[in-house]
Amino acid sequence: MDNGYIKQRLQQQFHDGVSNFEEPYGMLTFESPKDLNLKLLQFLFDDPELRFQFLTDLTAVHYPDQKGRELAVVYHLHNLVDNIRIRYKVFTDIEKPDVFTATKLYSSANWMERETYDFYGVNFVGHPNLIRILNVDEMNYFPMRKEFPLEDQTRIDKDDQMFGR
Amino acid sequence: MTRPVRFNVNTVPADTKNHISVVDMPEGHTGDGFFATKLSDAVGLARKNSMWPLPFATSCCGIEFMATMASHYDLARFGAERLGFSPRQCDLLMVMGTIAKKMGPILKQVYLQMAEPRWVMAVGACAASGGIFDSYSVLQGIDQIIPVDVYVPGCPPRPEGILDGFMRIQDLVGEESFRRRNGEQYKELMQSYGIK
Repeated sequence: MDNGYIKQRLQQQFHDGVSNFEEPYGMLTFESPKDLNLKLLQFLFDDPELRFQFLTDLTAVHYPDQKGRELAVVYHLHNLVDNIRIRYKVFTDIEKPDVFTATKLYSSANWMERETYDFYGVNFVGHPNLIRILNVDEMNYFPMRKEFPLEDQTRIDKDDQMFGR
Repeated sequence: MTRPVRFNVNTVPADTKNHISVVDMPEGHTGDGFFATKLSDAVGLARKNSMWPLPFATSCCGIEFMATMASHYDLARFGAERLGFSPRQCDLLMVMGTIAKKMGPILKQVYLQMAEPRWVMAVGACAASGGIFDSYSVLQGIDQIIPVDVYVPGCPPRPEGILDGFMRIQDLVGEESFRRRNGEQYKELMQSYGIK
């Protein structure tokens, strides 16, 4: 089983639903509309050949310049039997960042989706406990979105002259 | 063949003459068979030479503190032999390392559990000012949540620096007036941190 075969199986099953296939550093990467994400993950999980049953990573990326698809949710999947990894992305509008949760399929998605919500504000629909996991509960913004500078804006003693802000 | 152990065979008598340091007497009146001084000086002398530090080590400054406590630098020389790991028994809170904002309430609780009189030492750039972590997640200096007596700069400070900071704490402890912790100024300070 190689990347070409996986691509062929996905296109057979979802036709135009999967797109933007590329292989950076040999790792098959593709995307789909966000409504398809559970169907696609379920297919990858259940298929007796593909068997992508391990969710190694789940995170998000913020692209402020792509209007209507600012947030990308990235799934890294691993087939433990054949030792093949793939990367799967869905894009969502930042105004309405609703993506279906993968917790029913992968238990490991629970904390990773909480982290993604914590830093990017992706609203995982159906998540059992979607609250902040790493940052303080009082935080009222999503710090990894690009509109927020990395520095702590509340302090006054670190100025431009000394710290080169 | 066994190696000769010279030091066990030829015992050298301890040369203690003029080599044992004892703390200086506080100011006072002395005469034939009596010595009179202020009670606060005597209590300060006792307190400053028997501090119980509580190490609150969260990162690399804590490693320097381990060197400070170990035999080479030996904080025990200053009477701080006994580290306490319960805040209720300790006089000196030594905060060493980055304090994340999420850690803030825990640090404050540890401070509140300490009995008066209590002192706080911020060791290293992170505890004193947030250091290089000018970030949304890191507390920009522990003096935002608890009052600090001595700041030790450095990233991390050398053990000598921590020792010097400890000696500054000793100066504060030795000279502290009995009335300070009941005074208006101290109450205002506590209230500015929301501590009753």
